[in-house]
Amino acid sequence: MRQITILSGKGGTGKTSLTAAFASLAENVVLADCDVDAADLHLICKPTLREKQPFQSGYELVFDAERCNGCGLCEQVCRFEAVDTSDGKPSFDPFACEACGCCVDICARGALKLVDAIVGEMRVSDTQYGPMVHARLDPGAENSGKLVAAVRHRAAEIGRAEGRDLLLADGPPGIGCPVIASLSGADGVLAVTEPSLSALHDLTRVIDLAEHFKIPAAVVINKADLAPKLTDRIESLCNERNAPVIGRIPFDRTFVDALVAGRNILEHPTCNPHLAETIRQTWHTALATLCGEKA
Amino acid sequence: MAPTIAIASGKGGTGKTTLAVNLAAVADGPVTLADCDVEAPNDHLFLHPDWDEVSEFCVPLPEVDADKCTGCGACRDVCRFGAVILLGDRPMIYPQLCHGCGGCTRACPTGAMTEKPARCGEIRSGRIGDLTLVDGRMDIGQVKAPHVVRAVRRKAAAQDSLVLIDAPPGTSCPVVAAVLDADYLVLVTEPTPFGLHDLKLAVEMAGQIGLSIGVVLNRAGLGFEKVTEYCHEANIEMLEAIPFDPKIAAVYAEGGLLVEEIDEYRQRFTALLAKLLRRADGEGKS
Repeated sequence: MRQITILSGKGGTGKTSLTAAFASLAENVVLADCDVDAADLHLICKPTLREKQPFQSGYELVFDAERCNGCGLCEQVCRFEAVDTSDGKPSFDPFACEACGCCVDICARGALKLVDAIVGEMRVSDTQYGPMVHARLDPGAENSGKLVAAVRHRAAEIGRAEGRDLLLADGPPGIGCPVIASLSGADGVLAVTEPSLSALHDLTRVIDLAEHFKIPAAVVINKADLAPKLTDRIESLCNERNAPVIGRIPFDRTFVDALVAGRNILEHPTCNPHLAETIRQTWHTALATLCGEKA
Repeated sequence: MAPTIAIASGKGGTGKTTLAVNLAAVADGPVTLADCDVEAPNDHLFLHPDWDEVSEFCVPLPEVDADKCTGCGACRDVCRFGAVILLGDRPMIYPQLCHGCGGCTRACPTGAMTEKPARCGEIRSGRIGDLTLVDGRMDIGQVKAPHVVRAVRRKAAAQDSLVLIDAPPGTSCPVVAAVLDADYLVLVTEPTPFGLHDLKLAVEMAGQIGLSIGVVLNRAGLGFEKVTEYCHEANIEMLEAIPFDPKIAAVYAEGGLLVEEIDEYRQRFTALLAKLLRRADGEGKS
């Protein structure tokens, strides 16, 4: 099974819209929505839930004020500014706490303990394109990288069990922990960018990241006709960096209308044949470039 | 004390950076803009500061002195992140999993575990007139975004001026680190099902932290009214609606400032900033 992760660096370049379009073109695919703190692929793919399970990761701190003698050691050992003892007894900020347990271990009165934290939910669904693994991280929660790793792992498991040919992952924005988790096992990175200075800057960091992990990358320039000079700049950068531009997709109001309607662009009534063909060509070139298959 | 106003979004690419740099540019008097999107910091592309200060940002990383280590495993047992394993009787540390909490060095009975600073990014600051830009850039392959974000926040808070925070996308730990102490949170969204879905998550996050919020609708007029309906029903103030306008996209693409290139937007952003300052000061809707 081949595995492709779609990234962008900058958000809002069209990752999810294109992932959905590519999913409908891919044959025998399993999908993974790895953007677990803003998972949107299900809004287009209209999944039917097969199974769901709570996602446990890390811990949360429980404080028993009765046992506390106000010694303040917990605040002294905390490196995350999560403890405040200015009012005598400590108060704990759950959003600053990283659940490292240093305060638990130092407390001589046994007033603190860590309990397992449920930080989200992982779901397996069926879509018209194939099975999809997606998740919801509780807003404000930690461990998005671990949930992404779990989504990716489950999708690979299902893909192998069902004999799927391709795992297509919609990655998160950025280049950090969840993005790195979305890359484990990937044969190729397909970076979706747009002609703006911000997108170019962030694309450079995605290419750096792919190179760091020695994963081949290819680039799609979305809305390519909006700023032709920047599109040219992106192209020459990509050539220098050995990350070929494998598609230029023009800005088309149909993208917006399909998104507003919650529909795959290729299935939207106003998608013209020329645009559909450009997207189809882009996908087949991506497969050929990243997976060595015939275009 | 001067207020802190954070800008976040849930979904990426809705216009956080556009809002942040243009609000900072119309501020009357000293202002600090903290670019907390440390994985993809873009504010500098619009403001072109001369960087006065660039400093390495390091986190403490444990290392083992093999001569002192007895292989007892206390370091491994105390680590809640699974960042220490024992190979035979020799501890090995996974830097990617380590949170730098110091638990293992404290647990080591022989003093074999010490910490050395390990670089994971850099913090920069520079000026453009009365505006100070502080940004953080996490190094490629690093994972400690929340730590870098907190360093940017500390640096910005030390400026003792109005602070505007450009948060990363999403709703998880780096975003929380960016917005945690803000006096007011602006959520930027767009009128699409994606925008609405992710706005709801961001509202939920803000509610848990206990932040006052308002919404700026970007690319208004796409024909999806549910964001406006949701804000109305949830009693969330719609602070401003910026129209879907190719002129805005063109200025943004080239790294320009709307408030410098389109007079109407200078007025609108000036009024919006004044409104945000009133909200941050605890004044409700008029």
